[in-house]
Parts: sequence; structure tokens; C-alpha cells
Amino acid sequence: MGILILFWTMATIAVASAIAMLFMRNAVHSALALIVNFFCIAVFFLMLGSQFLFVVQIIVYAGAIMVLFLFVIMLLGVDPQDRLGERIPGQRWVAILLGAGLVAEVVVAVRLGLGLSSGNAARLAALNRGGNVRALAAVLFNRYFFPFEVTSVLLIVAAVGVVLLGRRQAGAAAAPQRPVIVSAGGESDGTGDLSAGQPPEQGGDLEPVQ
Amino acid sequence: MKTPTEWYLVVSAVLFTIGTVGVLVRRNALVIFMAIELQLNAVNLSLVAFARQWGNLVGQVLAFFSMTVAAAEVVVGLAIIVALYRKRGTANVDDAHLLRW
Repeated sequence: MGILILFWTMATIAVASAIAMLFMRNAVHSALALIVNFFCIAVFFLMLGSQFLFVVQIIVYAGAIMVLFLFVIMLLGVDPQDRLGERIPGQRWVAILLGAGLVAEVVVAVRLGLGLSSGNAARLAALNRGGNVRALAAVLFNRYFFPFEVTSVLLIVAAVGVVLLGRRQAGAAAAPQRPVIVSAGGESDGTGDLSAGQPPEQGGDLEPVQ
Repeated sequence: MKTPTEWYLVVSAVLFTIGTVGVLVRRNALVIFMAIELQLNAVNLSLVAFARQWGNLVGQVLAFFSMTVAAAEVVVGLAIIVALYRKRGTANVDDAHLLRW
């Protein structure tokens, strides 16, 4: 009985925080709502018998990734007047309608395919008897050892790529890179208001080709 | 009393859909990126739910790999957003429609 209460509480908080993430105007508030959502998903992992992923979810997602997000938000400066206008008319309502259709479809498909079974949970509990971390390591370092090693290559390539992307151009290093907060009023193409604040040697390549 | 796998899958589908709608309706590149993270997490949840459904650990291993790839993806994506912001002075995706620097 307790697990049902826990499930429904966590499901409510998870969906509510996801919707809050969607509708917050301020990007920092969106990030905070997303952290709450990640914690709820971590609790789901725990309820599904995956203690290792519970801890990794909190450390990697709620810790590292969201700190990175907040860092970038603070670095770029919070633009509180995030325009919510739409380019394609009616796009928002079509998106919400199609989303509702997707959920209904998944509910029907899962109900037809799985029913209300809770699966082979006893077998998973037997596998987890020596601890979930040990059981997971036995699978990861035997059957999935090669993909695990390839992952390290991926991480190194990502780190090198980020250093390359984040590097300033050699010519522009001396120029003060003070970004301009674009005024939110009206429809702007993003290039006109920019040339005012950019250093003059960079203004040339920002002009749109007509 | 065990919770049915179906419930987790439905919660996962709802979260994934909220993420999809977020990608479609928001204009701030950072918030779009957060919505993509929400989608990845929803899929991870269904992977772990299926791991319990079939009584083995392969789904959990796959969720672990997915988290690793998501970490790499976040780092590269945020670097791209920062580079875009340096060039254009905005993180609004509607303003980055020229397909050139």
C-alpha cells in the first residue's frame, strides 16, 4: 500500500514539475523545476530495484548536468522577456494536440501488450541479491565490456570538441566580447540589433545576404 | 503489492510528450535543451521499467549508457549554444535561421 502512495505522489510531482519546466518564463526557474523532476525519476529507479541508477541519476543529472545548465544560463545572462510568439500560426495548439494523441496511443498499446502485470520482478530481486551494483557490474564488465570502453572514447572526443568549440578566434581575442541583450519588443531578425554592440571588426560578417 | 509496469510506462510517455511539446513551443535554446533532457530521462525510466518486467539487468545497463551519451551530448550542445550566443547575442532559435555564421 505504501508503495502505491509513493508512486502516485512521485508521479504527480514529476508531471507537475515537467509542466512547470515547460511554462516558466525564466530559464533559471525552468532549470530548478527540471531538477525536481530528475529527483522524482531517481525515486522511480529506486522503486524499480535499480539502486545504482538512483545514485547515478542524482549525481550525474541533478548534480553535474544541471549545474552545467545553470552555469551556462548565468554565463549568457538571464533574458527574462523570453518571447513566446510563434512563427507558424497555431503551432502551439497542434503540438499539444499531437502530444495528447501520443500519450493516448501509448496507453492503449501498453495496455494491450502488457496488461497490468508487474513482470518478472522476483527474478530481478534474485539477481540483485548480492547488491544491485555488483550484479550490474557483472553484466557491464563481461557482456558489455567493449561498449563500455568505447564510451570512454566518446567522452574524450566530446571533451576535445568542447574545448575546440569554446575557444575564441585568434583575431577576436583582444576585442571585448560583451554580448547585447536583444530587446524583446516586436519582430526582429536578430541581425539588425546585433551590429550595434558587436566590435566593429566583427560587424561585417553578420550582415544578412539579401 | 508490486506496482504494474504499465504505470511507469505511462508516466514515461507523459514526460516524453511534455518534453516534445517543450521542444516545439519554446523559443529559448536553453529551455529546448532542457526539454530534450526530459525526453532522455523519460526513455531511461521506461528502460529501467522494462528491465524489471523481463527480470534481467540489460535495460539498466542500456540506461547507464544512455546517461553517459546524454552527458557528452549536453556538453557539446551547451558549447554550441555558447558559441551561437557569442556570434549572435541571443539564444533565441528563431533568430538563428540563416544557416551560416
